[in-house]
Amino acid sequence: MLQVLIPLTVDALANAAIIFFVAVGLTLVFSVLRVLNVAHGSFYSIGAYAAASLGLWVVSAGLPEWLTFPALVLSAAFVAAIFGPFVEHLLIRWTYGKSEALQILVTFGLFLILEDLQRIVFGVNSLYEDTPMRLLGSTMIGGIVYLNYQLLLIALAILTLVGLKLMISHTRMGKLIAAVVADREISQALGINTNRIFMLAFTLGVFLAALGGALATPTTGVSPGLGADTMVLAFAVAAIGGLGRIEGAAVAAIIVALARVLAIYYAPELDAVAPYLVMLVVLLVRPYGLFHTDTTRRI
Amino acid sequence: MSKPLLKAENLEISFHGVKAADGVNLEINEGEFLAIIGPNGAGKTTLLNLCTGYLKPSAGHVYLDGKQITHLSPRQIAKRGIARAFQIPQLFTDHRVIDNVMLSNAARLNLWQMLSPLDRPRYRDEAMELLRMFNLADHANDLASTLPEGRRKLLDIAVALALKPRLVLLDEPTSGVSAIERFGLMETLMTALRQAKVTALFVEHDMDVVRRYAERVLVWNRGHVLTQGRPEEVFQDQRVIETVVGAV
Amino acid sequence: MRMFLLGLAALVIVAIAGISAPWLQFLLSLAIAKGLAALGVAILLRAGLISIGHAMFFAIGAYATAFLTRNGITDFVSLLILSTLIATAAGVVVGAFMVRYRAIFFAMLNLAVSMVLFSLLSKLYNITGGTDGMRVARATFFGIAPGEQTFELIVFLTSLVVVMLVGFAVSAYFRSPLGEALKAVHTNEIRLEYISIPVWGVLLVGYTISAALAGLGGSFAAMIIGHVLPEMAFWTESGHLILVAVLGGIGGVAGPFIGAIFLELVHTFAASFTDAWSMIVGAALLFVIFFLPSGLYGLINKKRGGSAV
Ligand SMILES: Nc1ncnc2c1ncn2[C@@H]1O[C@H](COP(=O)(O)OP(=O)(O)OP(=O)(O)O)[C@@H](O)[C@H]1O
Ligand SMILES: [Mg+2]
Repeated sequence: MLQVLIPLTVDALANAAIIFFVAVGLTLVFSVLRVLNVAHGSFYSIGAYAAASLGLWVVSAGLPEWLTFPALVLSAAFVAAIFGPFVEHLLIRWTYGKSEALQILVTFGLFLILEDLQRIVFGVNSLYEDTPMRLLGSTMIGGIVYLNYQLLLIALAILTLVGLKLMISHTRMGKLIAAVVADREISQALGINTNRIFMLAFTLGVFLAALGGALATPTTGVSPGLGADTMVLAFAVAAIGGLGRIEGAAVAAIIVALARVLAIYYAPELDAVAPYLVMLVVLLVRPYGLFHTDTTRRI
Repeated sequence: MSKPLLKAENLEISFHGVKAADGVNLEINEGEFLAIIGPNGAGKTTLLNLCTGYLKPSAGHVYLDGKQITHLSPRQIAKRGIARAFQIPQLFTDHRVIDNVMLSNAARLNLWQMLSPLDRPRYRDEAMELLRMFNLADHANDLASTLPEGRRKLLDIAVALALKPRLVLLDEPTSGVSAIERFGLMETLMTALRQAKVTALFVEHDMDVVRRYAERVLVWNRGHVLTQGRPEEVFQDQRVIETVVGAV
Repeated sequence: MRMFLLGLAALVIVAIAGISAPWLQFLLSLAIAKGLAALGVAILLRAGLISIGHAMFFAIGAYATAFLTRNGITDFVSLLILSTLIATAAGVVVGAFMVRYRAIFFAMLNLAVSMVLFSLLSKLYNITGGTDGMRVARATFFGIAPGEQTFELIVFLTSLVVVMLVGFAVSAYFRSPLGEALKAVHTNEIRLEYISIPVWGVLLVGYTISAALAGLGGSFAAMIIGHVLPEMAFWTESGHLILVAVLGGIGGVAGPFIGAIFLELVHTFAASFTDAWSMIVGAALLFVIFFLPSGLYGLINKKRGGSAV
């Protein structure tokens, strides 16, 4: 029994790690900018394409294979640097303080554009580049084989969670972000350059999404349509955790990944639907997610 | 004395550990005109929120005609005859002034009537009558968002009265209205209330208004009732002078 | 009144165009079918709600027609009515869940449900034909099976009649207390509750009507194209509907139809030299938002509702 259960759990956690990167980016951007970026999933798939392309180039150029590791992070940073400030400045900034409906329309428009852009730039074929996973190999403990790359993913996700928390509570920038999240108007009145915070937070969000995509490529590859699927999945996870809650995203990512693994094991045809079933059940009980704190409007 | 129309018993609620209602008791009798005064942040609006189901008390109960309404929603409570006008007018800003009143009238319609046009002579006349009473007739076809602050306040009250309630809760009806117009507004309001035989509770900051129109005054401070009684008695009370009258 | 005349004029022009140039009939009927669904999206926009998954009801209407045809119901009118009823029922069920949500959650949950439908339609090969979709046999009219050209003409003319009826019905709905209350949901839900009008009821009626319209459009589309595909439920289709609805905000009830015809013409034209259709739709959406904000039903305004104490 354990022979099956443990690898399954590791699978689920590795999966949760990937989902966590995207969902936490979405939730972070939402909590700081108060904008739900419908195009967030596209940055995941762009990150995945960029990583796969760069990895394939590293290999084909005959460079040392270990370079594929930094290539993963590098491509995510590259995507964040290109898209983050640019998109925030050109589109998102214009929607601050406007109705949420408008924010949805604008980011949805961006999403439509980005999805086609990927098709044009990267084509319609799937890319597959698994050098990092091959290089790391596997470990055998107590008769069970673990893929080291999966363990690395889990470790990275935990590091990211802890890192984000520490950044917010201990660094100057983090404290500024926390202040803007708590009360935007007062922060502005205190002279905090909120525009700079918004741009940084958005770029960080793009980076996390792209990193998720990049880290996923060695295990799953990348193919068209990934952006939309990821967006809805990331939203489901963020919603289950409570939109804007970092630790909520972590917990929800694990729940969703476990549900998915269970579905693959017991009812394979429900694999794709499992996260949404979880979301439905959670939202029926807690309409705004597990970690949501109640706020009624004052009248 | 007639029986209480609305009764609140030991209401308690706190925000972030600060008690905005701390064992509040309150009775309003049929046909009465009761005023609530108290300094800013005393919890007056919170009390109205509790009585109309917008907030749920952590302890205590609210009764209408002796029946529990504590756990009903604002909509169910409104249906049972309690209307409310807000401290900050709550209007349908994308609708015309008259639509605001007609929609409130429409709440009484059945499903079939809900599907026929709202803007019909019969509903229009009914709404215009109310608008005329509040000197809003000239603005009937303006968008509600274009009304000046004082008139929004009036419209908000008109919308509440259009429900034909038995009890109306008014949150500072004269705030935002210029000092000169204040008594005119109060006269209008009193006439309307008497005509429709509506009981009223109003939160008020203007002591002259309270002195002139209230039959009974409830003095509120830090989430509880400091004292209550007839206006002339209450305004003699040293504690009241310190906390409320002096502060205004 | 001006809107009404505008709509009527547009209808007459479309009718003349379709009758004098039969090759346009297919395109125009299809545009009208999508216009119906976009009108559904526009109804929700009045309440300030954006559904980015509304193509699901279009697909439900279309697949309903395909299933019914396969099961021996071939009468055109019956197919339209039954498919619309099925989409309506779906609208009630999904709507009952959706009406508690606003803004972001509303938009995203609609997207999520539509993606679930899309993946079910593409995966349940034995029932839905998977990614190949299903063929829809040509419908009959009161027992008579017409030839292809007659069929296209009849469908075209019927769609015009339906547009007119729907136009009247929807504008009557907008003017009724229920429709006015729908608009009021956007500006002040709290006041609505306080005048004892149930917000959820108002929204559920609006949602159901919008689903019914999308289903009606889908049923038309299934018969016009003669084939249904999972892509009908895909989010790009929903995006298309939103663009048309937003474009249509400029022209009242007739707006979505004018927008749909305009977009279908552009699509046909653009398809000959580019396949980046989503990109064009997305860019057009941003263009409308930034440069023609009158098409936005007042969505530009600051946040909903009143302010703090
Ligand atoms: N929804 C809420 N969330 C948090 N705190 C609240 C909320 N509503 C009221 N409060 C707090 O409760 C206290 C009482 O507020 P309330 O609005 O009832 O006072 P008030 O007597 O109506 O004051 P004012 O005269 O300024 O209208 C205040 O300290 C206020 O900040
Ligand atoms: Mg108050």
